[in-house]
Amino acid sequence: MVERKHWFSTLLPHAILILGVLIVAFPVYVAFVGSSWDAGTIANGTMPMTPGPYLVENYSRVILSGNATAREPVGPMLFNSFVMAMIIALGKIAISIISAYAVVYFRFPLRKTAFWLIFITLMLPVEVRIYPTYKIVADLGLLDTYGGLAIPLIASATATLLFRQFFMTIPDELVEASKIDGAGPWKFFKDTVLPLSITTVAALFVIQFIYGWNQYLWPLLITTREDMQTIVIGIKKMLVTQDALTEWQLAMATAVLAMLPPVVVVLVMQKLFVRGLVETEK
Amino acid sequence: MEKRSLYNNKLLPYLLLAPQLVITLVFFYWPASQAVWMSFRMEDAFGTTTEFVGLENYVSLFQQRAYYESMATTVIFSIAVTFLAMSFSLLLAVMADKQIRGGSVYRTLLIWPYAVAPAIAGVLWLFMFQPSLGMIGRGLISIGVPWNPMLNGDHALLLVILAAAWKQISYNFLFFLAGLQSIPKSLIEAAAIDGARPTRRFWTIVFPMLSPTTFFLLVVNIVYVFFDTFGIIDAITHGGPAKATETLVFKVYQDGRLGGDLGGSAAQSVVLMVIVIALTAIQFRYVERKVTY
Repeated sequence: MVERKHWFSTLLPHAILILGVLIVAFPVYVAFVGSSWDAGTIANGTMPMTPGPYLVENYSRVILSGNATAREPVGPMLFNSFVMAMIIALGKIAISIISAYAVVYFRFPLRKTAFWLIFITLMLPVEVRIYPTYKIVADLGLLDTYGGLAIPLIASATATLLFRQFFMTIPDELVEASKIDGAGPWKFFKDTVLPLSITTVAALFVIQFIYGWNQYLWPLLITTREDMQTIVIGIKKMLVTQDALTEWQLAMATAVLAMLPPVVVVLVMQKLFVRGLVETEK
Repeated sequence: MEKRSLYNNKLLPYLLLAPQLVITLVFFYWPASQAVWMSFRMEDAFGTTTEFVGLENYVSLFQQRAYYESMATTVIFSIAVTFLAMSFSLLLAVMADKQIRGGSVYRTLLIWPYAVAPAIAGVLWLFMFQPSLGMIGRGLISIGVPWNPMLNGDHALLLVILAAAWKQISYNFLFFLAGLQSIPKSLIEAAAIDGARPTRRFWTIVFPMLSPTTFFLLVVNIVYVFFDTFGIIDAITHGGPAKATETLVFKVYQDGRLGGDLGGSAAQSVVLMVIVIALTAIQFRYVERKVTY
């Protein structure tokens, strides 16, 4: 920049960004501290700002035996969340990549109609049609199953649009070359399109995994059996209306465990995450 | 844009489309049309049969004082969360866009809350602001603020707003940062040479050039507040106290579940669908045309 920098103008951005980081991290830090104290210290409001001595005890309790209000230990709930997030992420990718392939590389009657049928779903989240969808899942006998948890959330246009957009950038010469080699559409898909799409697939996976893991309203309705509960629902059930009964230290330990997998995914695959986020929302 | 080189199989494209179309039809179009259908019908006293009642569900919906209150709550909630989350994120993004040391570290430290589930964000904020044991809640009381989100509707709404805005910071930050980085530096340097100070440069060049990003985020944030904050509200206030935090989506859930008024709940769903479709349509129209530089 053409201006001479004043010391203040180099310091200010750091000050504001550090403040931002602190605001963003503070609630999670408090939760972590809360997960390392005993119920008494928390209940009488004397919890300090530093971690306490009950860390191991609290975490082993939630992982191994659950607590009084939510009898399921956290292990199975983490497993349910994981299965649900995986089915949603992989399912979405699988059905969208082939449907986008069909729309881009084939001409057939009703192609435009099919595309629009999918495109319109972009606008309507499951929340607005929650009870009718619930009824259909119930009629299909999918309550309390992984299928019921995941499949209705797979119906979304985002991924299809993203793959369509990406396929448009693949040069036509590649198709022609593949045709000259005598390869059919399936071989072209498997040997050319799929390998080229790997980054897009991975970026989409990161976003959809987080989306699936963090679902709340849908699993709340669909699961009635405790052993089918996801971890996000499990935490909510640990909060008792009469606050005195809430075992906050266990709720906070569970919250930390529930945040860990998606946060780790974001941090470890940061590049893919950013890319996926920016691309899916275009 | 269309491909020039294509395959001409007859059956294959339909097979490739089938899984997505089947899932979309069964879990999207069928329930959505059920919602529309149900919104024109009413159950009899025993809940065994339904009859066509025309617009009666809609009429009674728009005669309910509670519905307008819920709408007002949703509007206040949307404006507050959108304004808070967007202005704070823009400030952070502008700072991170300056050529400073450790820029990518700050970015990493600011984006991870995206991965926190809304319901968990609610639980975390409740833990801090709980009046009898929360760190900040007790602090407020000790300095003389009669803080009680369990009983005071305004406090409850404020707490839900803070939690919802907190959760949205990282998303807005990422998009603002991407928007800022796409503005040519030469333009800003030219203004600097002309003697425009940083604040003036921001408002006359940077901010107008960011308008597509800002507008996009505006719509995304409103949609987020409408639908994704359900978990936050359910965790912190459960819509209370006295429905002070009952948004439109929360009301659909409550009325359908507890009230068992499926026709009324369906009518609410249809109104919501219309709102989202309108928002999305506005977004497509304006992002494409009006908001340019």
